[in-house]
Amino acid sequence: MLSKHFSEHNFVSGHTACAGCGQALAARLVVDAAGKNTIATNATGCLEVFSTKAPQSSWNIPWIHSLFENSAAVGSGVESALRYLGKIDKVRVISQGGDGGTSDIGLQALSGMLERGHDVLYVCYDNEAYMNTGIQRSSLTPFSANTTTSPPGKVSTGNPKLKKPLVEICSAHHIPYSASASVGYPQDLQRKVKKALSIRGPKFLQIHCPCPLGWRYEPGLTLEIARLAVGSGLYPLIEYEYGKLTKVFKIPKPKPVEEYLKLQGRFRHIVNSQEEVAKIQKIADKNIDYYQLK
Amino acid sequence: MKKFLEGSQAVAKAVKLAKPGVISAYPITPQTHIVEGLAQFVADGELKSEFVNVESEHSAASAVLGAEACGVRSFTATSSQGLILMSEVLFNIAGMRLPVMLVCANRALSAPINIWNDHQDSIALRDSGWIQFYAENHQEVVDFILQGYKIGENPKIMLPVMVCMDGYILTHGMEVVDIPSQEQVDKFLPPYNPPYKLDIDNPLSLGLLGDPTVYMETRYAIQDTLNNDVLKLIPQVSSEFESIFGRRTLKLVETYKTEDAEVILVAMGSVAGTIKDVIDEERSKGKKVGLLKIVTYRPFPKEEVFNILKQASRVGVIEKAISLGSDGPLYTEISALFSGEKNSPQISGFIAGLGGRDITEKTIQTVIELVKGKKTSCIFMDLNKELLWEDFRVI
Amino acid sequence: MFSILVAKAGSSKDNKTGSWRSVKRPKFLQKDCIGCGLCKLICPEACIEGEEKNTYRPDYDYCKGCGLCAYICPKKDIEMILETEEK
Repeated sequence: MLSKHFSEHNFVSGHTACAGCGQALAARLVVDAAGKNTIATNATGCLEVFSTKAPQSSWNIPWIHSLFENSAAVGSGVESALRYLGKIDKVRVISQGGDGGTSDIGLQALSGMLERGHDVLYVCYDNEAYMNTGIQRSSLTPFSANTTTSPPGKVSTGNPKLKKPLVEICSAHHIPYSASASVGYPQDLQRKVKKALSIRGPKFLQIHCPCPLGWRYEPGLTLEIARLAVGSGLYPLIEYEYGKLTKVFKIPKPKPVEEYLKLQGRFRHIVNSQEEVAKIQKIADKNIDYYQLK
Repeated sequence: MKKFLEGSQAVAKAVKLAKPGVISAYPITPQTHIVEGLAQFVADGELKSEFVNVESEHSAASAVLGAEACGVRSFTATSSQGLILMSEVLFNIAGMRLPVMLVCANRALSAPINIWNDHQDSIALRDSGWIQFYAENHQEVVDFILQGYKIGENPKIMLPVMVCMDGYILTHGMEVVDIPSQEQVDKFLPPYNPPYKLDIDNPLSLGLLGDPTVYMETRYAIQDTLNNDVLKLIPQVSSEFESIFGRRTLKLVETYKTEDAEVILVAMGSVAGTIKDVIDEERSKGKKVGLLKIVTYRPFPKEEVFNILKQASRVGVIEKAISLGSDGPLYTEISALFSGEKNSPQISGFIAGLGGRDITEKTIQTVIELVKGKKTSCIFMDLNKELLWEDFRVI
Repeated sequence: MFSILVAKAGSSKDNKTGSWRSVKRPKFLQKDCIGCGLCKLICPEACIEGEEKNTYRPDYDYCKGCGLCAYICPKKDIEMILETEEK
């Protein structure tokens, strides 16, 4: 059975993600770094839909999808079963979800999994909106972004809220490892996956995954946009261990946020407004200062 | 061994005998004593299980889903709001064909918040694809759990099982119950060995997207399994159980003095005990009354129900749940069985005991009198009429 | 009965997504390749194979033409060309 579909990747071709999908890339980087002895759980969302339409699957590792908000809880059950079977030292568990499935509807299950100390790595693929349902705002949608439920209008400049500090929220559970990564820096991302999986206990990794469709840009720009988010200070790559900030991805010469914003249709309504761009520059500057990114 | 036990303790002992590898639950009255008992067994090292103290019923159901998908037998218990919070996962568990065992301590649904017994919670889940058994007493609960595992985990079945026991009446009531030996249970219940699971040596994907080209077939498959395989398997498993444990408790339906009955009452759960007492009294007065107790509510044993009820001239369905805006669900289903039949008995429906209102012998006697009268579809028994005339405007 | 509910590992390879490409496809020049493997690492379709320098190539059965390989190549040894151009 396996020989027919053999691939060195744990996430293979034939999935139906959009061209240039940051999440498809991130998911493969995660499970390739994790290795064959991994069981993955998945929240409902783009990743689940484009990778497992019956009767096919793009996963080369055991994989299960149940519902939108329960990936961490299913992961807790899988981990408990492996513990019962005496296999917990041999098999890694990764629970996955999008930004909505993780930071909104799945936050309670995630907090429960972290608090109970399950030996699970939770990966949040952050494409900054509910993409599977048609680009609605989530609590990880950035300030000013145009989504279908945070549209700019006569009295609105798009999403009025800042991103929820999810890495910190997870870290506040005093878990061994809580970090952020970006598909723009794939080696750094895979290092973080490997580091997380080398630690016993609950871990959290939030990965910035640009979305050509939802952010409205040409598919070939996924990596450039991801790098500009990091390089401008808008998406700090940070690592917390047991509640303490231990490492940051340095950006000695931060790029102006305008370079990041102007490539994306979701910010088109503000890029020509110095005042609005300045507000976003302030967010980046605050990050650079707070995390000492320079 | 016969013991005088609280119902919840009897459940905990039965579950322990089934040796689930993962137990996950969230506290809710009146289910709590069940999982407290199991937690103590685990704490004392008498039961080698992973006990997962989750943060909600939704996660409890999700955790046992994950465990079952790894090929590990599991258990959860809940009640009322907890069951309804779980309901999204419960549909999912059945759709994924994972034979989870759940004990539901039946309790009314809010609002108003009410911790007492009725069947509205589990009845609301009747369309979920779960097998549902309704127990009359402690012994049935114990026996249904052990047989439920065997039926649900059968490789041809692979469906979850809900054992429903009346909150407080059974969960907190004390009764003599025969708790089997581990040796007997091991002989009866084989280890769980599902045809598919999450396994690094054979990596499968479970929980796929089923588009319009495949979805209906998955629903048909559940319907086919329930209505053909499960209905056939229950008597077989029951016979096997009887040969080892010496009693036959799990049935599709149970009859009590129905052979020559002119009036047959239909009910589920612990109220059957009260009804049997009333029937004895009526019989002593020469009145031909009997009881049809629905034990297996899902799958619904249409043939058995039809064949027993067709002998009567009058049928009264007494139920602790209602489809608001329609009638009692059991009444509706039984009425449908006789649709278009020439010699149909007159069937009347009665709603009783909602939110823990006592169903007394007097209640049953009144039902019997009403059944003999004009056909009615949905009479609420024992209403306090004074409470009904209040108006929002007075507030 | 259960076959609809369970998928075999990697079975999506039966789904040839290369037909999605409409405008451009990557051309691996195989001249200045240093074998860094970045193209293979970042391909969202997991459809680039290769081990040594100047051996990397995409599987056009799956390539959706996103162009990320051309972006990441440090030697500009991958070009995006029009589908209508010769291979």
